[in-house]
Amino acid sequence: MSFPSENVPFQYELIENKMGDVTILLKGRMDKEAAGTFLRQIHKLIKSKVSSSLSVDIESLNYFDDYGALALMEIKECIKSIDKQFKLIGTNDRVISILNLFDRNLQAPNDIKTPPTTRNPLVLVGESSLKHFFNIRYMLSFVGSVALAFLQIIIHPKSLRYGDTLTCMEKTGVAAVPIVGLISFLLGLIMAFMSSIQLQQFGANIYVASLVAIAMVSELGPIMTAIVVAGRSGSAFAAEIGTMKISEEVDALYTMGFNPTLFLAVPRIVASLIVVPILALFSDIFAIAGGLTVGVLMLDLTASSYISQTIETLTLFEVTWGLMKSMVFALLISWVGCLRGFQVRGGAAAVGNAATSAVVTSIFLIILFDSLFAIIRTYWG
Amino acid sequence: MTTQSIIKVKNLIGGYGEEVILNNINFDVKESEILVILGGSGCGKSTLLRHMVGLNRPMGGNIYVDGVDIASCHDAEFKKTLKKIGILFQGAALFGSMTVAENIALPILEYTDLPKKSIKNLIRMKLSLVELDGYENHLPFELSGGMKKRAGLARALAINPKILFLDEPSAGLDPITSAEIDQLILHINKVLGTTVVIVTHELASIFAVAQRVVMLDKKKKGIIAEGDPKFLKQHSENETVKAFFNRTSKSAIQPDRN
Ligand SMILES: Nc1ncnc2c1ncn2[C@@H]1O[C@H](COP(=O)(O)OP(=O)(O)OP(=O)(O)O)[C@@H](O)[C@H]1O
Ligand SMILES: [Mg+2]
Repeated sequence: MSFPSENVPFQYELIENKMGDVTILLKGRMDKEAAGTFLRQIHKLIKSKVSSSLSVDIESLNYFDDYGALALMEIKECIKSIDKQFKLIGTNDRVISILNLFDRNLQAPNDIKTPPTTRNPLVLVGESSLKHFFNIRYMLSFVGSVALAFLQIIIHPKSLRYGDTLTCMEKTGVAAVPIVGLISFLLGLIMAFMSSIQLQQFGANIYVASLVAIAMVSELGPIMTAIVVAGRSGSAFAAEIGTMKISEEVDALYTMGFNPTLFLAVPRIVASLIVVPILALFSDIFAIAGGLTVGVLMLDLTASSYISQTIETLTLFEVTWGLMKSMVFALLISWVGCLRGFQVRGGAAAVGNAATSAVVTSIFLIILFDSLFAIIRTYWG
Repeated sequence: MTTQSIIKVKNLIGGYGEEVILNNINFDVKESEILVILGGSGCGKSTLLRHMVGLNRPMGGNIYVDGVDIASCHDAEFKKTLKKIGILFQGAALFGSMTVAENIALPILEYTDLPKKSIKNLIRMKLSLVELDGYENHLPFELSGGMKKRAGLARALAINPKILFLDEPSAGLDPITSAEIDQLILHINKVLGTTVVIVTHELASIFAVAQRVVMLDKKKKGIIAEGDPKFLKQHSENETVKAFFNRTSKSAIQPDRN
């Protein structure tokens, strides 16, 4: 057997004698391209053909490497499992040394885990309930640690990291103004346009202004803003903190005597609590501007009558209610973002999952709390 | 040199979650000594270090750092203990959003009331100790692996800790820089009397700095040797210890191939 780089394709031949002894003759280049097909076919052949012993003749192989060794070892295992004889013919020093390099028991005690394709549904249910239980337990303990951290900044206002808070306010608030503004303006435009089609029939064009104002200020403004902030900043919080978690930065903070919640979560939560209501106000204003545009250009309203109708409709209570909702949403988004960040374990993929999960969980919580607010308002006022 | 113990590890059972990685560990670190923790890759050296600084809760046993049982003490007491220690993590763990100078300034700002200018000077001093002069304003991602390690070392040294924990300080460094780090460690130990606990694999470093070594083993989940490295190299009976110090493969000593 020599090892020129000639590319004779791999071939094999099965020779049987009457005693049931089988010889497999291997020829050509046994490499990573050839091994797959060969192994897939050979197991079946061995099980059906071999009745007393198997010899593998590798004399005419002109290339042999660890893939070849893998093939030989698997054949040996297969033969052993059906209690037949195995023999290797035509070896040389190189083959022997390659085989020695890999000669380990393939059936190691610690079998490599391949994820099962079908799982017992009961096991799945159990596993996921346990996961949710621990998740909820961690969520609650995180509520506690955030509350404690807030208590600490109330007692010692100096322990709030003002620099980080300002940076975070800029990233969460200022940078979000264009997108929030654009979306709200268009939303106002659409609402005014759609409602005018109905209201025009009664000659009640002026009520377009009331409709846009009420819908935006008490409902859509806070929700739209919250969803944009969840997508922009909630995910960013999770990713930032998650990355710090996996690179041991959170551990480093802890061992320097900092409270990671106070250091990382509180500035983000405080920043969100301040900027999200302001963003919601912007959103209201932009949407009213959108409605105004439609009113003036298509409904023959004057700007001043549109604005005075808007002011007349809105009460202080309505505006405060919207802002309060916004603050609650801000708390939810930033809390979930930080929570998901701190929950990260593992590698880069876990950071991605945390960011996704932060957005999904906060949007869910936003809608949930919004319904609660709606219920409270119905029974209260 | 006093012979009082500054760290006592008693019957420690440690690991992650439910998984036991260290079983029944007992050893002391004497005040002002340099102790090296050895062992093969994955045997739990970093884990032991994490337990010693309170990052992982022990499943059993106690760890006393400067007289305080860090597994069960109050928060305030724990925080006071943390002030006495500096840590270099295996991956350096520099804060990615801060410059090298801000990284080093963080513990200084937390624990001292130095004026701004003095902090700057102190940072320069620490950086020149690890030969990173001029890198104050670089972000961690702009540094090479070895430079990150050295910046992390500078941060660990920032508040002149009483005990210094170093996880593979010279991994990824060339032999010359590595030897310089060894000299730095010896110097700090001698001049400031800092107790140093180092995890390292490098034989040269071990023989250069270690006054005592503790060797862990993955299979035993515990300590297989403790003492003076030069003595262990010559007199240890344990195959793993011998193989480690003579830099030979265990399977080369006892061939088990068929
Ligand atoms: N976060 C973790 N969660 C669970 N198991 C872990 C975790 N980190 C490490 N381990 C396990 O703990 C064992 C010891 O890991 P450790 O990092 O302490 O090793 P080490 O001795 O520092 O190795 P090295 O010299 O390679 O740094 C390993 O077997 C590893 O599988
Ligand atoms: Mg390690």
